[in-house]
Amino acid sequence: MWEFLTNVFSIVFLAQLIRISIPYILAAMGGVFSERSGVTNIALEGIMLNGAFAAILGTYFTGSPLFGLFSAVICGMLTALVHAIISIRFKADQIISGVAINLLSVGLTKFFLKIFFDSSSNSARVEGIKIFKIIPGNLQIIETINQIIGNPFIIFTAIIVVLSHYVIFKTVFGLRLRAVGEHPEAADTLGVKVNRIRYVCVLLSGCFAGLGGAWLALDQHQFTDGMSNGRGFIAIAAVIFGKWSPVGAAAACLLFGCAEAIQITLQSVGSGIPSQFIQMLPYVLTIIALAGFIGKSTSPSAIGKPYECE
Amino acid sequence: MNDGKKKLLIEILTPIFAVALALLVSDILILLYKESPLKVYKILLEGTIFNPYGIGQVIFKTTPLILVGLSVAFAFRTGLFNIGAEGQLYLGAFAAALTGAYLPAGTPFIITVILCILSGFLAGFIAGFIPGILKAKLGSHEVINTIMLNFIIMALVNYLVVTYFKVPETLHTKDIIENAKLTRLYEYFPVFKGSASNISFFLSLLACLAVYIVLWKTKFGYELRAVGFNPSAAETAGVNVKKLITLSMAISGGLAGIVGINFVLGYKYYFEEGFSSGLGFMGIAVALLGKNHPGGVIAAALLFGILSQGGLVINSVVPKELVDILQAVVIIFVVAASSEVRRLLFKSAK
Repeated sequence: MWEFLTNVFSIVFLAQLIRISIPYILAAMGGVFSERSGVTNIALEGIMLNGAFAAILGTYFTGSPLFGLFSAVICGMLTALVHAIISIRFKADQIISGVAINLLSVGLTKFFLKIFFDSSSNSARVEGIKIFKIIPGNLQIIETINQIIGNPFIIFTAIIVVLSHYVIFKTVFGLRLRAVGEHPEAADTLGVKVNRIRYVCVLLSGCFAGLGGAWLALDQHQFTDGMSNGRGFIAIAAVIFGKWSPVGAAAACLLFGCAEAIQITLQSVGSGIPSQFIQMLPYVLTIIALAGFIGKSTSPSAIGKPYECE
Repeated sequence: MNDGKKKLLIEILTPIFAVALALLVSDILILLYKESPLKVYKILLEGTIFNPYGIGQVIFKTTPLILVGLSVAFAFRTGLFNIGAEGQLYLGAFAAALTGAYLPAGTPFIITVILCILSGFLAGFIAGFIPGILKAKLGSHEVINTIMLNFIIMALVNYLVVTYFKVPETLHTKDIIENAKLTRLYEYFPVFKGSASNISFFLSLLACLAVYIVLWKTKFGYELRAVGFNPSAAETAGVNVKKLITLSMAISGGLAGIVGINFVLGYKYYFEEGFSSGLGFMGIAVALLGKNHPGGVIAAALLFGILSQGGLVINSVVPKELVDILQAVVIIFVVAASSEVRRLLFKSAK
């Protein structure tokens, strides 16, 4: 027990927790924007996968992880655009569209994995994100601290969360996008371009979820088949658990990430708690939150409904 | 041509048109891979519907697709979206495998098989009942709950398999008893020699017939569809909407629960971790393409069955993932086209 506690209250554990949570947080920010504007986005899973692959491909061909990130954003937005066109232009079922895009992404990434890397399981290794040495020194603990505060991606993610929260709750655009998600007819009457705002929000979700995928891949220095591995769904769970607010969703992601980090620690010290039970935790919590047992989570009221202009 | 016939024609033409468009996309991908599309399609057809073993394998792949498509379609008819088929079929297959493995070895064939199917159905029924009752009583959305339950059920079943039921050094349960093994089709039709297709194919057709009768020929089915059309109108007419929502989701789960019979009782004779690999999501595609009608479901499942067997056949020339892409593109075109068509029809009717 003591060993477990010292393991948990350590800076290494914190670094682990953050590493696990970053892709959740990024995808969840995407989920918040999309769902707040009234478009359900279970395609997050597929967008992440595509983003991860694009990040590796971009880095592989240019040698620069920065270009990899750029490719991930573009690819994520393109994938989201498909979802946007199906849901907004064609007013089709958003859940089915999401399911189809997830299936498509699995197929496409495997197909191109064979074309570019001649493998059915993983890509070649590429360079990861450069870590800056903020605090000088060679001690193990300083090294770990540097890995957190010296990683531009982590800082960037924190900025995105704060900025998203500000944009959604404090700006005119945010007010409009919430109005579009709650009551599109009223927003339209007031001259808000409902569908244009929805397009922007879904594309933003593609940008963020793509970045989340990029983190996954660059952190591992390679793409492996199906590497998003349900993370997009955890992000959706976090959006609900965080009651559709960026800060709330990010906190939920940290909570889920914490559970996962504890599971890894428990495994290393060999405890009796089966890892599967900790895996279930985010999903069980989400069902409970949705059922209203710990403060009712209520979705934006126009979610999943295409807007029919009169 | 009257309006009804015109509508039916369009309903049938949309999926065909979508498949044609999707083939165009796959042509481009095949060309990217520097292969000839014609050659690939020729290999695909020769390996599936133009030789007896291929036909047997197509039947084997089609069987679970029919049942899982039927499960999703059943819920759809009541206006519910069951994304949880993946978890429900996992739990159902696990329950069927345990029943088959732990019944006394002397139990007669008919009784064993019926008990296995019932336990699968019941397990799926419970897995579907949970999101159903949550939706009916608390109004929480069944889509999110079924997605979450998928992960919960998989983790739970994997835990049970690994901790209590696995054969050492493997990830599967112990073999079912001899009397639970379903007869392979080649014992009646020797041309299918070597293929794993088995009599659960007839079970899936029977299930389609049963669903058709229940939904279209009984009062219960009429009420279910009424809830799907317009829940508040159904409520006003005295239908117990909450009860029907719960039941519909549970029955949909039950149908998903027997999807694994084909694999567990007909092929491997045990439950194996991760055997379903996305079948539940394919069910959504099958239901969509089959217009949520048992007959349509059979046709759509057959198409996807041919494609999924076809993927294995063409793998030597182009990556088999090509058919995954093809299937996803078909869904995208169908879902986009069908809502567009509906709007056009609606407009012209005004």
